[in-house]
Order: sequence, then C-alpha cells, then structure tokens
Amino acid sequence: MLSNLLSGDLPRSRRLTAALLAILLALAFGPFLFPGVRAFSMMGMICVFIILVASYDLMLGYTHIVSFAHTMFFGIGAYGVAMAVGTWGNSFGSVLLGMAGALLLTIVLALLLGLLSLRVKAIFFALVTLAVAFAFLSLVTQLYPVTGGEDGMRVRVPRELGPAFRPLEQSLWGFSLPDFCSALVSGSATAWDDALFQVRINGRTLMYYVAFGTALLVFLFLLRVVNSPFGKVLQAIRENEFRAQALGYNTVLYRTSVVILSACLACLAGVLFALINRYVNPENTLAFELMVFILLMCVMGGMGTLYGAVVGASLFLLAQNYLQDLLKLLVTQLPPDSGLANLVGPERWLLWFGLLFVLSVYFFPAGVVGQLRRWSARRQQNNPVVEVVAKPGSQTLSS
Amino acid sequence: MPTTNHTAAPAGTPARLGASIRQFRDQHPHWFLLLGLMLAALLLMDFTTWLVLTLSGAAMGAMLFLMASGMTLTFGLMNVLNLAHGAFISLGAFAGATTLLFWLNDQAAASSLWLNLAGVLPALLFAVLVAAAIGLMFEWLVIRPVYGDHLKQILVTVGGSIILMQLIEVVWGPNEIPVPRPEAFSGAVVVAGIALEKYRLWAVALGVLVYALMTWVIERTRIGILIRAGVEDREMVEVHGYRVRLLFLGVFIAGSALAGLGGAMWAMYQELITAHMGDELMISVVVIIILGGLGSVKGCFFGAILVGLINLYVGFLEPRLAAVATVGLMVAVLMWRPQGLIPVIRV
Repeated sequence: MLSNLLSGDLPRSRRLTAALLAILLALAFGPFLFPGVRAFSMMGMICVFIILVASYDLMLGYTHIVSFAHTMFFGIGAYGVAMAVGTWGNSFGSVLLGMAGALLLTIVLALLLGLLSLRVKAIFFALVTLAVAFAFLSLVTQLYPVTGGEDGMRVRVPRELGPAFRPLEQSLWGFSLPDFCSALVSGSATAWDDALFQVRINGRTLMYYVAFGTALLVFLFLLRVVNSPFGKVLQAIRENEFRAQALGYNTVLYRTSVVILSACLACLAGVLFALINRYVNPENTLAFELMVFILLMCVMGGMGTLYGAVVGASLFLLAQNYLQDLLKLLVTQLPPDSGLANLVGPERWLLWFGLLFVLSVYFFPAGVVGQLRRWSARRQQNNPVVEVVAKPGSQTLSS
Repeated sequence: MPTTNHTAAPAGTPARLGASIRQFRDQHPHWFLLLGLMLAALLLMDFTTWLVLTLSGAAMGAMLFLMASGMTLTFGLMNVLNLAHGAFISLGAFAGATTLLFWLNDQAAASSLWLNLAGVLPALLFAVLVAAAIGLMFEWLVIRPVYGDHLKQILVTVGGSIILMQLIEVVWGPNEIPVPRPEAFSGAVVVAGIALEKYRLWAVALGVLVYALMTWVIERTRIGILIRAGVEDREMVEVHGYRVRLLFLGVFIAGSALAGLGGAMWAMYQELITAHMGDELMISVVVIIILGGLGSVKGCFFGAILVGLINLYVGFLEPRLAAVATVGLMVAVLMWRPQGLIPVIRV
C-alpha cells in the first residue's frame, strides 16, 4: 500500500526515511508544534518550495535540462492570482479564473521556449531561458499600472482563507516543541505544562493546510511520473540522448512536454505562494536570486531524486531563516569591525551557502539524498560482500 | 566603424534588386541586420536624434563587446560556459572605481585631460589586472575540475559567481558607490549642431581598438591560428603537440581581463556601481553571444552593437520595452538562424 502510494520509489535509506518522516510530521502538525508567526510562514514557504523545487528537479535532475525561467512561471502564477483577485474581487471564482489564465500563458510560453531552443542544443536552453526570464522580470517591473511595479501587489484572498475567518469557536491546544526542548534543557519540572499553548484556527491555518495538501499530492504525482514509462524515457534521454533517439523515441517531444509539465507545476506553486503570502512583488517571485536559490535547493538536496527536493527545500529555508541568527551569535564572540567579523556577519550567510554549494557539487554531486542512499547501500552490501569475498579467498589459501 | 560600402546594390529591375538583397542577406547576415535596424530606426525619428542615439548605442555596444568577447571565446575554445563572467565585470568595476576614488583621486578630480588620463588609464589597468588575477585563480579552483560537463559547469560557475559577488560586498561593503567621471571625459562636443557625449566617443574608440586588436591576434598571429584551430577541432591541435590547456588558460585570463576592462568602463559610464551590476549586464552578454553565434568574435562584435543600438532606439521610443526588445531581437534571430549570425561551432 505504502509502496504503491510512493510508486515503488522508496527512500532506500533508514536515515533518509527518518528525516522524511520528521519533515512530513513537522509539516502535517506544524501549526500545533511550532508557535510563532515566523515558524508558521516558514512552514508555508517550505510547502510552496517543495512543489517548486520538485518540479524543477523533473527538468534538471531527471532530464538534464537547465532552465533559468522557472521563477518566471512561478511569477506568472502568483501575479495571475493577484491580478485576478484585484480585478474581480476576492472570491474563489476569481482565484480559479486567474489560475486558469496563468496556466494558459504558462503553457504557451513554455511551448514556445521549448520549440525555440530545445531543438538546437541543450546548452542553448539555459541561455535563452536566462534572457527571456530577465525580459519578463523587466516587463513586470516596468508595467506599473498593471503589476504595481517594484511596489508589488497586495493579494486580497477569499474571506475563508484570511485571518478574519474563524471556523471553530474555541481554540485548540498545541504542544510547542521548541519550548519543550528548552524547558527540558534548563531542567524545569513543569516542562510538559510549559510547552502547552493555545492555537486559534483561522483562515490562514486553513490556507496552510491547502498548501500542505497540494504539496503532498503534487509530490506523490511527481513520484508517479518519474517512475512511469514516461519518466524512464526522460532518464534515458538524460543518460544518452542519441541512443534514446535511435531507439525510436521522439526526444524533442519528450523534452518539450517535460518543460511544459514542470512550468505548469511552478505556476501552481506561484498561485499557492500568492494566496499564502498575500503579497507579491518582483523580488519575491521573479528575481534571479530566487532562481539561484531553487538551483541550490535542488542540487544540495540531490538531483534526480524527488526526495532531494523535500530535503533541500526544508534545509535551505531553515538555513535562510535561522543561519543568520546563528551567525549573529558568532559575530558577538568576535572582535567587532574586524575582517573576520565581516566575513561571518549575518548578511554573509549566502557566501557560506555558495561555498557549501560549490563544494557539494564537487564532492557530493548526488546531494544529501544521494549520499545517504550510497552509505546505506554500501552498508547493506558490505555484509554479503564480505562473505562472498571471503569464500574464494579461503579456498585459494587452502589450495 | 567600417563604412557602409555593402549597401551599394546594383540598380536594375525590382526583381534583380530583390535577388541581390536576398543574396546580401544570406552572405552578410550581420550587416543586413545592422543596416536594417538602423534604417528602421531612422524612419521612426528625426535625423539628429537618430545620430545621437546611434552613437550612444554604438558606445554601449562597444563596452558590451569588451564584456562579451571573453565569454564567447571561452565557450568556443574550450566548450566551457562560464556564468560567473558577470562577477568579473563587477570586480573590474570595483577595482577601477577604487583606483579613481582613493588612490588617484587628485588626478581624477583635476580638470586637465592629461592628468585625467593619468588617473583613468591606471584605473583601467588595475581593473584588468585584478580581473585577470582572480580569473587565473577561478579557472584553477572552480572550472578545471569540471571540464567537459556542461551541467556541472553551469552549477559551479553560478555558485562561484555568488561567492565572488559576496566577497565584493565583504571588501567594498553592500552599498552602491558613486563613481564621478573625470572632467575631461564628461560633457559633450558639438559637431555641426549635434552634441556628442565625449565619453561615448572614447568608449567607441576603445571598443573598436580592442576589436581590431583581437581580430589581428586571431587572424594574423600564430596564437590566433592555434585558437581558431582549437575551436575547430581541439583534439587535432593536441595531437600536433600543442598544449591546448595552456592556450585556454591564456584565453580565459584574457577574457576575464576584458570583462574587468568592460566593467571599469561601464562604472564610469553609469557613474554608480553595485556588486550585482554584473548580473544585470550578464543578460545582455548572454543575448550577444547567442546572437553572434557561440564562439565567434566577429559575431560577438556585431551582436554587441546590435544590442546596444536596439536598447537605445527602443529606450527612446518606449523606455519600458527596452529589455523586451533586446530579448525579442534574440528570439527573432534564433528563429531565422538557429545557430546565430556567424556560427563557428557546429552544434
């Protein structure tokens, strides 16, 4: 049953399974485990980015197509909803209409991009998407009357998804993990009681669960896709395109369709982002920096494994939110205004992440997930291998 | 720039004219596109504006050419796609600005041409040296381990670009830095009632000089023969006993140095620099090398002038569409000639 749900693509590593379960449970019961606005918005972002990074991995990891236009499709989704809600009022109908329009535009653009550059050479696609995404960004920034320019747009979400909506009269009890841990460490006798807190269920909580459910469904869908015959062809194209062509597969068709599928999912992620963040601007949906972040998450989590997208997105967003605090602590230990303090300042977190990224491409090209799987495969192999090797060895010795 | 001697189409019946235009289009696609763009722009604005915009566009193109030529050669010779090229542009800009603002401020602030030159030339030289030195280290540390693997090249050079730009922020701080242009280079000269900005004339001159120098090196010298042969067939050159690796290292360093030079020129042109200016310029650079045909210096030059011109023309007619027009030009050229204007590499 579980294997069926995961399309037979199990984590294949005990530590990875534990990590994935921890992420799943943390996200599923998130609002009841981690109090605070910051943790709540971060969990919402993790759900959105799991969709975004997993769909990017479908191109990058499974087909070796490098695209720099993924944020463009993300932005089309986000702006589509924002503009539709701004024009037709905050009803579910206008959200759906905006989403449909965004999807249509996404499909057309992705098709054009694919037809334009996939037939020439793979590397062209990276360069062409880079240029097109930039043109789109500049267009959105410049068209102030339509998109709000640099100021962005506030998204008036339907009432049922906003903070004013209260589906339940009384609030529920939550159990704060961070408070519990800190109470345990400080040795407080009332750790269990300290950790309890009240959770008010409102529209934002509902919206979070919509995002969580969508992320889960999209993830399972993508697992099914990559383990289907279609996914196998994609991997064949990745390994040896010429050979896949010789076997009779129309590789241009496959690559174009994977680009379109991935773009549509990015657009869906953009829709969720607009609804959960309730504010879109060029910087948080279209900037080149965001594209680089997606690339980092995908590669560090592990290209070519969808679990890598989950691990990568979670780790990266955690680092983005909390590594800065850690660096701030580190800086207070150093002499102020020295060169070293400049290097480890909280705004320098990206430097260390970039370094980690380059090193991980060299030494762990398969990312966190690939490395965990390799370790566990080696450990499983070790026992039988020792027996097999030992037998002929002892025979030669005795003979 | 060479004059427009190619426009002299033989007079005759319209059919013959059409045929000769078609022939010209297929044999000299770069001239066809350039002249077509200039003519189209001339129809949309009055002559004086057109002249000023054309000069400005050529100046912008010349600076973009400096930045893009290194990347196209790196790709052509060694099949390495260096997406960190933008970081070298920023690096050159900051190195040049440092020289002008801190070390040679007296010369740069003086009002004599010679003193200004004594400030600007060392600034450009310093930018070139810094970019070349970092380029050497970058090739060694980042690019060498990933030869022959485009995917990894894209990944590590994007990572390397983040690191370089962050380091620029560590050294120079995260804020924008204003770079006042020395007096002898600001202002305009008036020729026949048309004001031409001095700095743009200098930029065009420098760009054409570098283009001429590169063309000479590539077409007339032994190193140039090896570079062209390496672009054509790398293994064959290696078989003849030449160390293509060293050759490539030289080209990579030269390309980084040129990016630095272009960045320093751009810093004085914009008079404001940020660590991320390289990222923004990278887009134009990418469009240029696709337009010209990956690996072709001549294509790169024409691509750069085209991008500069269309930016200025469209920027004048409808400022909001400048970037879209640039990318639109690229898309149109790709549909017409999928390998760029002057293809060198067979893909």
